[in-house]
Amino acid sequence: MEHTASALPQPATSYTRVRGDGSAYLVGSRCTQCGAKFLGERGNCGHCGARDALESYELASRGRLYNYTIVNRSYPGITVPFVSAVVDLEDGTSIKGNLIGVEPVAEAIPFGMPVRVVFRPAETANAEARGFVAHFFEPA
Amino acid sequence: MADVYVTGIDMIRFGRYPDRTVVQLAAEAALGALDDCGLGIRDIEALYSGNIGETMTGQRTLQLLGQTGIPVVNCTNACATGATAFREGWTAIKAGLYDIVLCIGVEKMQPGMIVKKKVGNEPLPAEGVIGSETMPAVFGMMGMEHSRLYGTTLEQFAKVSVKNHHHSTLNPKAMYQKETPLEEVLNAEMIAYPNTKLMCSVNVDGAAAAVLMSEKKARELGLARRAARVLASALASDPWTERNLVMQDVNTVTQYAARTAYEMAGVGPGDLDLVELHDCFATAEIPHYENLGLCPAGEGGRLIDAGETALGGRIPVNVSGGLLSKGHPLGATGIANIYEIVTHLRGEAGARQVPNARIGLTHVVGLGSACAVHILEKV
Repeated sequence: MEHTASALPQPATSYTRVRGDGSAYLVGSRCTQCGAKFLGERGNCGHCGARDALESYELASRGRLYNYTIVNRSYPGITVPFVSAVVDLEDGTSIKGNLIGVEPVAEAIPFGMPVRVVFRPAETANAEARGFVAHFFEPA
Repeated sequence: MADVYVTGIDMIRFGRYPDRTVVQLAAEAALGALDDCGLGIRDIEALYSGNIGETMTGQRTLQLLGQTGIPVVNCTNACATGATAFREGWTAIKAGLYDIVLCIGVEKMQPGMIVKKKVGNEPLPAEGVIGSETMPAVFGMMGMEHSRLYGTTLEQFAKVSVKNHHHSTLNPKAMYQKETPLEEVLNAEMIAYPNTKLMCSVNVDGAAAAVLMSEKKARELGLARRAARVLASALASDPWTERNLVMQDVNTVTQYAARTAYEMAGVGPGDLDLVELHDCFATAEIPHYENLGLCPAGEGGRLIDAGETALGGRIPVNVSGGLLSKGHPLGATGIANIYEIVTHLRGEAGARQVPNARIGLTHVVGLGSACAVHILEKV
């Protein structure tokens, strides 16, 4: 079934892409000179300074938890607690997002745990983000 | 190039001043620094003003002190703002442009959490949806990475708060003079794991100012006796590192600035008598022991356990109380750190004096990131 353009969710970040069927993915860019990887698309390499030498790619959907913190106090209107996580994807890109599907206590969240990237309505995390789709991490 | 001396320096007591303006606080600190070396505003050849919250703060400060028409540079560099203003003054004297300059850092803060301004072209505010960008969360992750690498514990991070709160009981210019036992730190409200409320720096109002001089002028005016020589002034921006764009890396930028500073000064970490480093959160202090070379990588936890960084220890750190307890008025912090070091080099630090202090180091990090390291020596 085709989504009409107006019914498609809006991407929550500049590096989120929404397909015509409503599914989503993330894009990164890789420097063809030095191999450095970045979230989203960019013109020049922040590592080696190469100009117009970046190619974009679709980010991997699996990775491992590198680091996290459990956020108990946030800005007004944000649902707490939540787990803010940094994940090293299988393709070598690092991304940040909320880790869901775990108890928000340190004992339940081992470093290095395998995770997968999933997409959910952003309003599950911030009620004001209705109509946006965001990436989250789940234990794999 | 000529040596640069700090000849006059002062800070106001950090606290809350709801009835006073930013520039009134700046002017009070500036007059304190001028009085400290017996000069007046007409002696000053240029002003470097550090402040984040307002604009043209330097010029408006001069409106309260004397509008002499001198060059004024307004600096902003996040939490490295004050140190950057100080360094701009140092640079100008090094270049031979002036013999006497004034550097001021000042800030008025709102109590509670700093809310980051939205930047760039992101469609949504990221907070709470794409993880967290609050300062406690950013520095919570800094501590968690250290735990991952070296097994550093919540208790070790909490001991940093116990130590710095204890130090500030000896500092009449600190926001707080209150002991916080380990249990109290651990049982305080959890803000972003592992940082509890008592492991977060205090947002306060404050101002600090320094008069910098060429060595020649300081000697000519007979001000060398209480002066401190600036052995090194180093500033670094964050280099590209693997995860820097999703997890702020304040370690590498600190290592860069520290290396530059030690090379410039011709001294090493073992030559230092005391350090004022950027303990914006308790989790930051232990990694910075290592970044500044006070101990090898991975031994920061041991350092706090052994009391080596407490007053009376091998290398006292943040004897002022640090940002955790003296308070952290962003733009003022860099110069307030230098005030603390100079006060010890002069032997005027009272109950918290580090005995026979001859060389001290200051360190600040502005997230995003800027790191400034200064090394000062008793003349």
